[in-house]
Amino acid sequence: MTLNNGYPTTTVIGLEVHVQLKTDTKLFCGCSTEFGAPPNTQVCPVCLGFPGALPVMNDAAIELSIRAGLAIDCSIPPMTKWDRKQYFYPDSPKGYQISQFDLPICADGFLEIPDPANPDRTRRLGIIRAHLEEDAGKSMHDEAAGRSDTRIDLNRCGTPLLEIVSQPDMRSSAEAKAYLLELKLRMTHLGISDCEMQQGSLRVDANVNLHIDVDGKKIATPIVEVKNMNSFRAVERAIEYEIDRQYDLWEETGKTIDDESKTTRGWDDGAGTTFLQREKEESADYRYFPDPDLLPIRLPIERIEAAKASLGELPGALRTRLESQYGIKPYDADVIVNQGPELIAYFEEAASVSGDGKRTSAWIQQDVMRTMKDRGIGIGDFPVAAGLLGGLLKRVAGGELDTARARDVLAHMVENGTSVDAAVSALGIESVDGGELESLCKELLAANPQVAEDFNAGKQQAVGSLIGQAKKKNPNANPQQVRETLIRMLQESAGNA
Amino acid sequence: MLDSALEILRLQSAGEATAVEIAGAALDAIEASQPTINAFTHVDRETALAAAAVVDAKRAAGGKLGSLAGVPVAVKDVLCTRDMPTTCSSKMLKDFRPPYDAGVVERLRAADAVIVGKTNMDEFAMGASTESSAFGVTRNPWDTTRIPGGSSGGAAACVAAGTVPLSLGTDTGGSIRQPAAMCGVTGLKPTYGRVSRYGLIAFASSLDQVGPIAWSVPDVALMLQAIAGYDHRDSTSLNIDISHYTDVLSSSDLRGLKIGILRDSMDRDGVEDSVRKATMDAAGVFESIGAEIVEIDLPHTDYWVPTYYVIAPSEASSNLSRYDGAHYGHRSTDSSNSDKLGPLVTSYCRSRAEGFGDEVKRRIMVGTYALSEGYADQYYSQALKVRRLIKGDYDAAFSQVDLLLGPVTPTPAFPLGSKIDDPIQMYLCDLFTVGANLAGVPAISLPAGVDASGLPVAIQLQAPVLEESRLLFAGAAFQTATDHHKRRPK
Ligand SMILES: [Zn+2]
Repeated sequence: MTLNNGYPTTTVIGLEVHVQLKTDTKLFCGCSTEFGAPPNTQVCPVCLGFPGALPVMNDAAIELSIRAGLAIDCSIPPMTKWDRKQYFYPDSPKGYQISQFDLPICADGFLEIPDPANPDRTRRLGIIRAHLEEDAGKSMHDEAAGRSDTRIDLNRCGTPLLEIVSQPDMRSSAEAKAYLLELKLRMTHLGISDCEMQQGSLRVDANVNLHIDVDGKKIATPIVEVKNMNSFRAVERAIEYEIDRQYDLWEETGKTIDDESKTTRGWDDGAGTTFLQREKEESADYRYFPDPDLLPIRLPIERIEAAKASLGELPGALRTRLESQYGIKPYDADVIVNQGPELIAYFEEAASVSGDGKRTSAWIQQDVMRTMKDRGIGIGDFPVAAGLLGGLLKRVAGGELDTARARDVLAHMVENGTSVDAAVSALGIESVDGGELESLCKELLAANPQVAEDFNAGKQQAVGSLIGQAKKKNPNANPQQVRETLIRMLQESAGNA
Repeated sequence: MLDSALEILRLQSAGEATAVEIAGAALDAIEASQPTINAFTHVDRETALAAAAVVDAKRAAGGKLGSLAGVPVAVKDVLCTRDMPTTCSSKMLKDFRPPYDAGVVERLRAADAVIVGKTNMDEFAMGASTESSAFGVTRNPWDTTRIPGGSSGGAAACVAAGTVPLSLGTDTGGSIRQPAAMCGVTGLKPTYGRVSRYGLIAFASSLDQVGPIAWSVPDVALMLQAIAGYDHRDSTSLNIDISHYTDVLSSSDLRGLKIGILRDSMDRDGVEDSVRKATMDAAGVFESIGAEIVEIDLPHTDYWVPTYYVIAPSEASSNLSRYDGAHYGHRSTDSSNSDKLGPLVTSYCRSRAEGFGDEVKRRIMVGTYALSEGYADQYYSQALKVRRLIKGDYDAAFSQVDLLLGPVTPTPAFPLGSKIDDPIQMYLCDLFTVGANLAGVPAISLPAGVDASGLPVAIQLQAPVLEESRLLFAGAAFQTATDHHKRRPK
């Protein structure tokens, strides 16, 4: 890439993603992790670090971390341990955070993404490690009208986070976004995290700098860490902004990575700019040491194997299989896979009953998902079972029902929870036999001679005006069959003439 | 009447005294001793008498009584109590009232013990003399110009002063055994993990352990039986059945037991003759009741104190971070701003400067330094390696002998103020005791004589992990054969 008509430049991006694990209780106590409770109502002596209180590990968080690690091709070591990371901060009641330092639970993995620059290829992006840690509380600053109050909500204290650290392998904002989408998909697919960015259950820090090729010599700009972005769009925009800013700044000052250590910047979404948060003159000394209150955790190979076996098909493989098995497009496979395992299962069952994967995919993406959205329900609560939807679509595919009538049938089934047959008879839909259809068409052609003239003049679409009339005279008439019959009759009479 | 828990249990079941009478007598004795000894930071007469009345009512109603029914017990002020302040003898926590009981306190209550109050200690359990308490020094009942030892100075002194038969101390580097030795009573540090640390305000988490102090081994065993056992709220708690500690106390014959005497370490500078003599005399007693005595050496003894004084302050510097005046502890009212640091950091600094005493600050500084980047490898990591060697020494020794015999302290109780300005001299008080904490093994301090001026001198027995029964068995046999534990201060 060449920027500002200047020197060829490579963008180097590494992401640190905090994923909040979907456990019922916190990492070291029994407090609820539910989002949105009134401040300081989900706390206890343990997560508040009361004098004398001790942490006790939540095994569910370990299990989810193992699954997460396996989903991004990490190795899971036979032993992992807890460390304390010391820093004074209002959000951190103990004065330290329980985290993992030198023996993280997941190490050395990768994520494969479609190459945004070339759809026929994939890119393999390295993952350095993923470690478990407890979340801190939340400070709410009230600076209105000259006040400088800070209120602290400690509900989030002790919530389990998995911090996934990538290699600096990404080369564009599009790659960063693709990485995040794929990561989110795997985490949600396996039920590891909700990955709700607005609720803070997925938080992203991006490390960005440029490698500028000046007459064959590579010059690196100082690394900038953009903190705590709360949408994928923000990540993309912040990276784009940094690319321009860093290049301009280098042109202006000539400062390179050797002149300046890493700085931390925030992202102002409204202004579309990053801003300096703190300059790390010296790197913080967290004085890590093994937490003496928690024993190291042994992870026997049997446990890892069992977790591996329970993962099932991961999104990448699933997408490919849906495409080939049901003949659907990559885009549609992606939409279905993105909806999670329950909807995938629903699709597969409906498609195998209907025998028409494409039609089933379209109906699920339109009718089923719209109803889910309107009613605020998940697929588990959708009133029409997958087999019933498949049966309905089989009739559509076989020409027994037209699409519009089938929509009415589905709507009736959704409202009343009935079978296809019951809905069809409740709506008074009867199949129209061939003779009936012939006489209907004959009648219409006789009443509309202009249509035959237009048709013979080469305007095939002229028959369209009769389909609506046919439907009025007999609501059960299948528009496709009506069209075919009309055309056949017109062709025959033209041939006879 | 108040110096034996077993006797108090007998008196009540024989109908010769009620729990309320016994508690009243204990409270009176405490009140009388406070001006001179100052063993307590908090005594609540009404609550204690009410608890005693509940025991009496239960007995009258024929209810099932706990193993410590009606026995007055004192609790070191580092253990959380729901109905009493828990201060760690620090200005930092002088107003702290925990919303919960420590695991051991729950067990004491479940055993129907009557908790009479909280005992004085070195601030945050850091010290060997109980002179660093924000509530004033505790004095040694044998000679009130002398220290009672520390950090559980109040816990040992209240027993020695005859106010309660049982008290609960904590031992991070000798804090039960050293004051027990200096106050002429019996103190046991259990195996690390044998007793719950839940609700014990941490000093050095990997070393801290709660244990009993009493005049004699049978009482110590009785209390250990009540407090030992698994607690799911403490991840380092051992999920292993407890022994019947009180079952092993009748024997006075130690035939077949091999005791290793730690002779080398006794010949160090600063170890007084009275201490050496008491240990050798005790070896003679053990031999006379059938034990075999062999000389044994723990090769890395020279590294015990340096290792301890890197690991303990490192953990302490972390454990004490939460006392910043915002989350926990004393908050400075000095609101003048320091332009250099900003209001938040200024508040942290002032609160900690005002709330902590000198010894605590010293250890926080040492620990922060030992864990800091560039020094952690040199100090903290090195100390962890040496700690493993020390554990190895114990394993090797216990493959040859059943128990280790040696001194508890280099000297008997020293005069108040004599070492308070010399931290290194103070740290050397832990010379013989820190090994057991570093290795996690149980150890007991037993009265074993007096020096020329009549001050108590003690011996220490150490056993392999989870072999508290062996310590109690040998200790009880020693006390059957001797009268040292029956001597009382004037
Ligand atoms: Zn909690």
